[in-house]
Amino acid sequence: MRSSPHSVATAGCGTRSRLGCVVIGLACWLVPDVARADGLDSGDTAWMLTSTALVLFMTIPGLSLFYGGLVRSKNVLSVLMQCFALTAMMTLIWILWGYSLAFDTTGMEAHVVNLHSFVGGLDKALLRGVGIDSLTGTVPETVFVTFQMTFAIITPALIAGAFAERMKFSAMMLFMALWTTIVYAPICHMAWSGDGAFFWDKGVLDFAGGTVVHINAGIAALVTAVLLGKRRGYPDTVIPPHSLVLTVVGASMLWVGWFGFNAGSALAANGAAGMAMLVTQVATASAALAWMLVEWMKHGKPSVLGIVTGAVAGLVAITPASGSVGPLGAIAIGLASGCLCFWGATSLKQKLGYDDSLDAFGVHGIGGIVGALMTGVFVTESLGGTGLAEGMTIGSQLGAQVVAVLFTVVYCGVLSFIILKVVDGLVGLRVAEDEEDRGLDISLHNEQGYYSEV
Amino acid sequence: MKLLKCVVRPNALEKVKRALSALGVMGMTVSEVKGYGRQKGHKEVYRGAEYNIDFTPKLQIEVVVGEAIAERAIDAVKEAANTGNIGDGKIFVVPVDQVVRIRTGEMGESAI
Repeated sequence: MRSSPHSVATAGCGTRSRLGCVVIGLACWLVPDVARADGLDSGDTAWMLTSTALVLFMTIPGLSLFYGGLVRSKNVLSVLMQCFALTAMMTLIWILWGYSLAFDTTGMEAHVVNLHSFVGGLDKALLRGVGIDSLTGTVPETVFVTFQMTFAIITPALIAGAFAERMKFSAMMLFMALWTTIVYAPICHMAWSGDGAFFWDKGVLDFAGGTVVHINAGIAALVTAVLLGKRRGYPDTVIPPHSLVLTVVGASMLWVGWFGFNAGSALAANGAAGMAMLVTQVATASAALAWMLVEWMKHGKPSVLGIVTGAVAGLVAITPASGSVGPLGAIAIGLASGCLCFWGATSLKQKLGYDDSLDAFGVHGIGGIVGALMTGVFVTESLGGTGLAEGMTIGSQLGAQVVAVLFTVVYCGVLSFIILKVVDGLVGLRVAEDEEDRGLDISLHNEQGYYSEV
Repeated sequence: MKLLKCVVRPNALEKVKRALSALGVMGMTVSEVKGYGRQKGHKEVYRGAEYNIDFTPKLQIEVVVGEAIAERAIDAVKEAANTGNIGDGKIFVVPVDQVVRIRTGEMGESAI
């Protein structure tokens, strides 16, 4: 059986007796299927409420602190502000039109390619029809909307790592509003909206968002870094992180929050969620150690920044695989992503010369691709996975994964480029040189992260 | 009166303070500073990017002493901060025209 991602199409994991309500507890035992004939499962719902909070926690404060520590002290607030403002803006965009573009299923039919294979309609704009009684699978649709909203929040926030320390706040907001609408929502729709969706119909496996979230964010990050140009002084001037303490705290919060991201993507409190939690932990640990060891061998010392970056690389790479692989696959994916993301964030970046300030592409782009492709291999039962779908071979599954990766790389790359050009024409992408020198905290926000008495 | 500006290794502070206290020195001002001399800097690596950091963290101890103990105070700091390795620091000795205790208005050596 195909593992079940986020999709709205994966309704119903059967009715079970539940003992949540003391008063009707006995009746539940006697007539198990009557108590909640509407299909809502309180266990699943409880887990999804928790997961939603965990994923929001990944962005604020997890990612904010992870990124905030990596910039210079004169720019720390600008990064925290970007993450916080994106959280607020994406929330509104999501309920106004984002959720509808991503998850409206009007006009979709299995294995029929039409406009709605690529993007949802506007039938759910302003959350029309989403009420207290609407369900997605066994959980209230309100919970599903909010859970997915937290994914739509963190994805643009990840991109912020690429343009840190030099992008105008106004340009950032405008870019992200357009990008979420034109890039994120369609890719999300193609992967997770169920029968008739472009990736879904091809059997692409993306349990928790390796392609939708990480490759998407990583490619947009690369395009942004290239179009904006390097920070002043890079790479000759010393631009070290101002507080690795904040970075370690943030990375640790990301690790914890990611259980909501991956195990929550089961949309149920079940065995798939349990396995997702386990493989997430295992892959993250493997990648953290892999990065640490590679760096130890190459630079002579194991670094704190190295081990936490490796952990994030592992979290990224296991994301698409977390519903499909077993612990052994998780170790392989973790080790591969730790080594390859190290290469991406160090050698590749230096060789190509772009300034991806905080390695959003090096970690999320590379890690996402590693995870998406390895999912196609380690899903097989003989390698400890949940097994290929009927009619699929390793080759055809890998082919489906490659199609989704390439499509996302090209679609996201081209559209991100166009949106950035438009925003550049409207408001300009980059702050003035003296603003960049003074730091974005003072020049864009009239504030300082660390105030001194003198 | 002399002002001793002693740039020393951060971990030498406690020994220097004890040595000066033993001579009857009643107060001092300490600041965290960075600089380089013969020692040069060190290497830091962040995600594979190697930086040569020229400025090494040191402490600067500023202490004003009367003429009577100036020489002994210099010797005390010299001994307390010495490890024999490059990077032990320096003592700059500067003549002081006047000292004023703000609370009482006392001047000269009695204000130290």
